[in-house]
Amino acid sequence: MELDRQAELNAELNTLRPDLLRFARLQLRDAAAAEDAVQETLLAALTGSHRFENRSSYKTWLISILRNKIIDIIRGQSREITATSLADDEAGDDLLAETLFDRRGHWQAAAQPGRWADPDASFEQKQFWAVFEACLDHLPEKTARVFMMREILGFETDEICKETGISSSNCWVVLHRARMGLRTCLETQWFAGAGAEGQKSC
Amino acid sequence: MLSCRQATELMSQEQDRPLSLSERIALRLHVWICAGCTNYRRQMSVLSAACRRFGGGNTP
Repeated sequence: MELDRQAELNAELNTLRPDLLRFARLQLRDAAAAEDAVQETLLAALTGSHRFENRSSYKTWLISILRNKIIDIIRGQSREITATSLADDEAGDDLLAETLFDRRGHWQAAAQPGRWADPDASFEQKQFWAVFEACLDHLPEKTARVFMMREILGFETDEICKETGISSSNCWVVLHRARMGLRTCLETQWFAGAGAEGQKSC
Repeated sequence: MLSCRQATELMSQEQDRPLSLSERIALRLHVWICAGCTNYRRQMSVLSAACRRFGGGNTP
């Protein structure tokens, strides 16, 4: 009985492995380090003796182990971000800002943010998360790294500054660009057309 | 008066640092009269909720 259950969980582990790997690659942008983090997670999972009610709580548990492994890897590496490499990211963002705002800094008529219909319903759809991952992946590399440290891994901005060697005001700018890029991507790739309201001009 | 572009900067920064009183007032006034920025602020909450779920492995 107990053995059957263990076999079932091991099979589940195999089906979740690609999800874990994608998650790690997105955060680390380093295939080898991502592979290591997932291996260690699987090892921890196989030797752990937790009991799970269902697949989703099992996945949540695995991701929490993996997240801690990723945080350890980030803290263990020197991940200095130089000002010049951030400037590379910036060029694309200036272009985005130009399509969103006019010269006075007001929303362009076509770029006015819409009302996102029923986000909770979107959260229940697999397809939404595929788009979400694609949008994260689409962010410039350094921008994505800072953003995911903050929003996915839960670092405080002080620690991000310390780990990456950028100033806090620079960090706020980068996070702003990341959020702007991500919401624009989600709006065009997912929410657009889903009953946009509030088209009054600003 | 804040421009929408400046308002979006503050709507991002309010998630990372406490805004000053004058920033909070300026932002509140702007959002109150601006439909685009009202929606943008809601989108920011959806974004951080999505990140929390994604980071918690709580996705289908």
